[in-house]
Amino acid sequence: MYELTGVTRRYTRGKGVVDALAGVDLTIADGDRLVIQGPTGGGKSTLLQMLGGLDRPTSGSVLLDGVDLAQLSEARLTKVRSEKIGFVFQSFNLIPTLTAQENVETALVPLGVKPRERRERAAEALASVGLGERRGHVPGELSGGQQQRVAIARALVKEPKVLLADEPTGNLDESTRDEIMDVLETRCKEHGLTFVMVTHDSHLARQAPRLVTLRKGALVPS
Amino acid sequence: MFFTYLRRELRRRRKAALVVASGLALGIALVIVVNAVSSGMGKAQAQVLESLYGLGTDMTVTKAPEPPAEGEEGERRPRFQFDAQQGEDGEEGEEGEKQSSDRVMVQGFQTLDSATVTTVGKADGVAAAVGGLSLNVVKVDGEFTPGQFQQGEGGGRPGGGAGGEVRGGGADFSIDSFSVYGTDVTRPALGPLTSSEITDGRGFEESETSAKVAVVDSAYAKEQELKTGDTVSAGGTDFEIVGLATAASGDATADVYLPLAQAQTLADAKDKITTVYVQADDAQQLDAVKSAVLEAVPDATVTTSEDLADTVSGSLSTASGLAVTVGRWLSVVVLAAAFLVAGLLTSSAVSRRVREFGTLKALGWRSRRVTGQVVGEAVVTGLLGGALGIALGLAGAWAITAFGPSLSAQLGGGGGAGAAMGGGPGGGMGGGMGGPGGGGMGGGARQAASTTLDVALTAPVSLSVIALAVGLAVAGGLIAGAFGGWRASRLRPADALARVA
Repeated sequence: MYELTGVTRRYTRGKGVVDALAGVDLTIADGDRLVIQGPTGGGKSTLLQMLGGLDRPTSGSVLLDGVDLAQLSEARLTKVRSEKIGFVFQSFNLIPTLTAQENVETALVPLGVKPRERRERAAEALASVGLGERRGHVPGELSGGQQQRVAIARALVKEPKVLLADEPTGNLDESTRDEIMDVLETRCKEHGLTFVMVTHDSHLARQAPRLVTLRKGALVPS
Repeated sequence: MFFTYLRRELRRRRKAALVVASGLALGIALVIVVNAVSSGMGKAQAQVLESLYGLGTDMTVTKAPEPPAEGEEGERRPRFQFDAQQGEDGEEGEEGEKQSSDRVMVQGFQTLDSATVTTVGKADGVAAAVGGLSLNVVKVDGEFTPGQFQQGEGGGRPGGGAGGEVRGGGADFSIDSFSVYGTDVTRPALGPLTSSEITDGRGFEESETSAKVAVVDSAYAKEQELKTGDTVSAGGTDFEIVGLATAASGDATADVYLPLAQAQTLADAKDKITTVYVQADDAQQLDAVKSAVLEAVPDATVTTSEDLADTVSGSLSTASGLAVTVGRWLSVVVLAAAFLVAGLLTSSAVSRRVREFGTLKALGWRSRRVTGQVVGEAVVTGLLGGALGIALGLAGAWAITAFGPSLSAQLGGGGGAGAAMGGGPGGGMGGGMGGPGGGGMGGGARQAASTTLDVALTAPVSLSVIALAVGLAVAGGLIAGAFGGWRASRLRPADALARVA
């Protein structure tokens, strides 16, 4: 469960100061499926980074299961990321030189999973997103939809508690978008994951069980 | 995962990796070649010194020649007295009768007592000492031809006897000089003969202290058409040649080696020696041993191998200087440049992989692991460069050894002058017979004179140089990795991902 209280993230750009987040209060229960929408520069990605422990707030607290991510050491925060949080990015962010199988395995490396188990779990994860036959291919040999499936497999293979997705369908056509969303929602339901997604896509936003809008760093009623 | 990722990345960036590896390879190859050449120079110098000293000799003890007193100079030269009318036996000579004489002289004209060997041997830090006597033998053979008196056609000069003139006549003498070294046959392990190898017959036996036997340098034997079993004559004494010795490098110390006692007898120098060859307990403590020897024999001159090396000049010295200074600095500059380029290229590669490393950090990879990946790639690139550099360096060293130039080494001589023959047979004209000029022979000593030796340059590569190359390769990789790793460790995942959003 997430509890965000007065989360502010301030950036200094030249002589000016920009509040990417301005005192955000938000609670996300376990198993929630939340969509964050809003205009570009509204603070959506920054909020996702706070939830994922990729960045720290200038002020406020980000509690995940009662632990304030803002106060954790870098090592502890890295551990939380490796164990509890899965990420899916708009640009897939796969390692171009590694095969689909190896890309999925990278999520298990920080957990100290033995190579053999790593291979087995990665193969299963790829099979669960329908890419069992293409696990030996490098990203350059896969379509955009296939690459995003690999990224989803990578996010889910470690069985995280939370899945954070930053515009996961932003680079995909409509049919592939629906396909990917289907995979994401199915997996999240199966595993009871807390799912938070940032999107510009109003179609996806309308389908969301819970929607919040961020504008100028603050939550506004949808 | 580490090695798979590393291998794939290196394959993807093979051009950049090749540039880095080539730079390092060039630097490492230079280091190997410079070290090998330097080592070859050292070996050549040691060869030069060994040719003079013999194996195992760390220093020599001699007595510096004193400048001749006024009017004494002529006494130091050997004198040959021939009577144009008489043969050697004093009987009246026939026309064209051959005359012969030889003289045996101590080289440098300064000797030490044989007891000096014992004194030096007892000095602190001296492991062994052995004495030797260097001699020069000069043989003059030839004949005088008297001029023919011819009656003048005019019947004589007014108021005088029968007129006429002496025509023709003169002298034809050949001069042969060779060097002799009296060696202590009871101590064969030390002294100049150790730098030669017995290539025919045998060497001296320890019991041959008074035997009339000789070992002849093979080059001199060839020149004089001598072989084992023949005899060589010096000072009117015949010595049986028991073996031929070939100098390992450069010139031999002497043409003929005799037992020390025989050489002393020949030169009428009983219990005298010219040189003490000293082996030190510790070759690293030569200065201390030199001081101890000088304390024991205050009026002697002690020359260490280092002193002698300082006198080496010629192309060997020049090349050695170049290898040490220019070569070393060039290696340092190239290596430094290679390290810098490797570091910058690695750092630049990290910049291009910001998203990749940011993603890995978002997945929970610790900075240490990401840095390790970058450093690992750089070290492997460095090792590739090292392997390439070692191969290049070995090829360069091999080429130098195979096609390398011959270097000349000049050893600055001491007091002895080169062989200089003065005078000569006079040809009388106008009635009188010119007497033979005085034969004046200078030192002609090989050891005392400036010696030039040709030594082939080699470039031996030792295991320690290979180890140094591997160390440099790893260091180059680590330095490059440090550049990139530092940059990778500072990447915040949010920044990395924001930059590509």
